[in-house]
Amino acid sequence: MSKGLNLSSLIMGDAQADRVVPPTGFTARLTLFAAGAMAFLTVFALALSLASGRLATRWGDELAQSSTLRISAPEEQMAAQTAAALTVLTGTPGISSARALSVDEQRSLLAPWFGPDLPLDSLPIPQLIEIVETEEGYDGAGLRLRLQAEVPGAVLDDHTRWRRPLERAAGRLRLLGWIAIGLIGAATAAMITLAANAALAANAQVISVLRLIGARDSYIARAFVRRFTLRALMGAAVGTALGAFAVFLLPSAHESGGFLTGLGFQGLGWALLALIPLLAGVVAYVATGAAARRTLGELT
Amino acid sequence: MIELDNIAYSYGGGELLSEVSLKLAPGSFHFLTGPSGSGKTTFLKLCYGALSPTAGQVQLFGKDVREMDREDHAMTRRQIGVVHQDCQFLDHLSVRENVALPLTVASKDSLEQHSNLKELLTWVGLGHRASALPPELSGGERQRAALARAVIMSPDVVLADEPTGNVDWEMSQRLLQLLVELNKMGKTILIATHDLNLIRSAKHHVQARVLRISGRKLQLAGADL
Repeated sequence: MSKGLNLSSLIMGDAQADRVVPPTGFTARLTLFAAGAMAFLTVFALALSLASGRLATRWGDELAQSSTLRISAPEEQMAAQTAAALTVLTGTPGISSARALSVDEQRSLLAPWFGPDLPLDSLPIPQLIEIVETEEGYDGAGLRLRLQAEVPGAVLDDHTRWRRPLERAAGRLRLLGWIAIGLIGAATAAMITLAANAALAANAQVISVLRLIGARDSYIARAFVRRFTLRALMGAAVGTALGAFAVFLLPSAHESGGFLTGLGFQGLGWALLALIPLLAGVVAYVATGAAARRTLGELT
Repeated sequence: MIELDNIAYSYGGGELLSEVSLKLAPGSFHFLTGPSGSGKTTFLKLCYGALSPTAGQVQLFGKDVREMDREDHAMTRRQIGVVHQDCQFLDHLSVRENVALPLTVASKDSLEQHSNLKELLTWVGLGHRASALPPELSGGERQRAALARAVIMSPDVVLADEPTGNVDWEMSQRLLQLLVELNKMGKTILIATHDLNLIRSAKHHVQARVLRISGRKLQLAGADL
């Protein structure tokens, strides 16, 4: 029976076959609305997933490639230990560059916390060394051991400690987004199945007349499947367009880089939106097909 | 084409038909009669595969009904035209579209069929009612529309269940005449009716055999009633 439901004839349609099932205004509008509302929600779930995915990648990328060495030493040893640390670092495989921050740079880092007038010279401020890794990265444990021997006041911070939970949180958020999309899809299938069942029940007489005059199951099913698939497709297209427009209107503030303001689509993300109506169509096609087969199978 | 071999049919409780055998020869004209509730409609349903016998064997065009799937049934119904007692139509389509429906669902809609359709509607006297909707038709018009729909696929067999049940004498004569004409064109006809006058009047036009259901059995009634 499924061979009768081939896709091309479904899309091309058959004006005559379409007329066989009487138009039903109410279920048609409900299906359109449900598909539209679900597509609208999907747009936001998708935006959430994509944004948290981007966030996780960005945190990962930006933080993974750099680490910091902090040297706390008595003032007279500071210069010697810094030099020793730099020697160790430049000799370590996996580190592409190491640079001691200047006093001005350290002051600007501290400024947000202590104000610009901090008398940095008179305070025992640790020296910071910025380490930029190569793609392969370095062996953190080995480096720590070497530093311990040669620069006793050095503390290596490779950021993994606080990067990991952030990445994990972003990953979870993305997972939640996909779960939401899955649930929305399932709910759409459920609603369309209910609407299709209602339409099939309301048209029991039509179906029995059609069977009587020799219509095959596939012909009868196609009349319903086509109708619901097109409705879902259309409703979802409108819902997606409205959702995309709403996302587009969200205020964006790239520089401050907050999470909520990053909620949107970039590049290929917009292309993903086009898949929403198609998926809704597929869901409706499968759901209505199953409902029609079930109903027809129960008839003699 | 339709063969019943020692079949029985029983509902949950009692047996309605038993030891029924019949072979409908091509081109034959049969009446099926019997009191109300004797199983005429059930018998017709067995003849076009809407029901399966509880015992015995029914063969439609050489195929055992029990071995036919839904697809086979759909195909068989294109070869057997059925006129029901309460003929059902698609009420949102015009008479013309309803009569052409078997062609539509078989994807045999063509221009050539279109002129056939017009001819057919004129033949059953519904040429002027082609654009009407089924609920607007009178009882006789419905029966004639159902007959037109039953024969548009040019089936080999036409089964009619009380085709004259809801119409006056004049109209029943007209329907009978249409069925007789079909028989002369080579179709096999089986009409279930309790109207003995109808059977008598048919005797003048056609060589008809009369089957009677009586006491759960099918009997060939005498040539004269």
